[in-house]
Amino acid sequence: MSLRQHTSHEFEAELESVRQRIFEMGRHVDQVLESAARALLDGDSELGERIIAGDDETDSMELDIDHLCLEILARRQPVAGDLRLLTSALKLVIDLERIGDLGVSIAGRVVELKGEPPLTPYEDLLRMMTTVREMLAEALEALKGQDVARASRVIGKDEVVDAYYSQIFNDVLSRMRESPENLFRATRVQAISKYIERIGDHAANVAERVIFIVTGEDVRHLARMSRADFS
Amino acid sequence: MESPSSHPSSPSNAPLEPATATVSLHPAASVPAKKGEPVRSPKVEIRDLCFFYGKYKALHDVNLDIHDRQITAFIGPSGCGKSTLLRTLNRIYELYPGQRASGKIMLGGRNLLERADDVNLLRAKVGMVFQKPTPFPMSVHDNISFGVQLYERLSHSDMEERVQWALEKAALWAEVKDKLRQDGTALSGGQQQRLCIARAVAVKPDVLLLDEPASALDPISTQKIEQLITDLKKDYTIAIVTHNMQQAARVSDYTAFMYLGRLVEFGDTKKLFMKPAQQQTEEYITGRFG
Repeated sequence: MSLRQHTSHEFEAELESVRQRIFEMGRHVDQVLESAARALLDGDSELGERIIAGDDETDSMELDIDHLCLEILARRQPVAGDLRLLTSALKLVIDLERIGDLGVSIAGRVVELKGEPPLTPYEDLLRMMTTVREMLAEALEALKGQDVARASRVIGKDEVVDAYYSQIFNDVLSRMRESPENLFRATRVQAISKYIERIGDHAANVAERVIFIVTGEDVRHLARMSRADFS
Repeated sequence: MESPSSHPSSPSNAPLEPATATVSLHPAASVPAKKGEPVRSPKVEIRDLCFFYGKYKALHDVNLDIHDRQITAFIGPSGCGKSTLLRTLNRIYELYPGQRASGKIMLGGRNLLERADDVNLLRAKVGMVFQKPTPFPMSVHDNISFGVQLYERLSHSDMEERVQWALEKAALWAEVKDKLRQDGTALSGGQQQRLCIARAVAVKPDVLLLDEPASALDPISTQKIEQLITDLKKDYTIAIVTHNMQQAARVSDYTAFMYLGRLVEFGDTKKLFMKPAQQQTEEYITGRFG
């Protein structure tokens, strides 16, 4: 449904500003994830440190969007699609901020590994990371295009991420059983895989919020319940 | 309603009788009862309602149920027909030549549009409050008793009781109980409007029509009127026309959106303001036109 523009150009501009800031924050946290993946692959502790130091920027973006939404809510008393966008934006930025935090947590584990050689090749972790980054990008594209089908596909992909996590967890467990010397690296790898799995959950949350913005249907628990039904 | 007294302008004092004619219900006009609330039959059933200002057709086949002891808000841009629709509910348009309505408006089993019915009794059953407070140029007390006397013969003590009851219903008693003999027009705007509501309530109507009742009032008076409307819902079926969409969202249970004389969407207020079914409704309530 393509709506005409608001009679108030200022209101229209404010809503557009919320959307643009969400996309900007989305791009920013994706860059954090890309850097975290590179730091892991290269064993680059310095890059890891820089990622940790840059976390303030994500927090600042979250606060900016929060404040803007609150201002619009207070001044415009929006309803219908505008209200759904703003209330969802308030929640959506929490997901984006958490994704940024998890990227920082990955960087933290990379720093702890201090360039030690991988216990096993990081291919699965990187594939998992690619999947969750695609989920995030797709969820934000779905928001841009008001595309419910696209958002639904993102939610479906979360199962793929969960499967990656189970596989990596079992691999890590095997390595731990093999030798106590593997414990340090194995626990870091396990933690990183958990962080990526959580990033997938947050990307799915973003997609669920997009569905709510577009349709007014709250699919949060529906999606989870139907996944549980099929598992 | 108690036995009506005679009045020169009343051609007949016969109470409204149940109609024998059957009404064909329009399925699209009804909305289901709200979750957790008892199923209520509609108080007013509007069927295929059209309205004409001379040759100009201002309402086009409106079908709608107004639910018993619920608040139904009518919203839409100027000229959409919302006030016109409200004016059909007590046939106040008959005061103006060249205006006519067709279709059916069923209340208590009778079609209100049938001219055979006593229009004065109808207006006692369907009270109306206008945008601008319109107290009579008489005392606060007489503003209330005047209307009651047209329809009922009450003893002095019963009348005093009724005046107090109506003023209490309108949340005005505490403010005017010591100035009942003062001129009603000397009250503040908000008090005057509540006096008008008390006057409408005093004749114990079935339905209250409120045509932008708070649009001429300051924010505090508006809040008082809104609280009053919510309180009155316990006993009355209320239809309110408002330009203030936030007001419709705040006070009403059901909302009807009208545009160019047609009913575009009608439903649960919470749903309509959260996720309207029609794009035109969404564009209007979000301020994209109108």
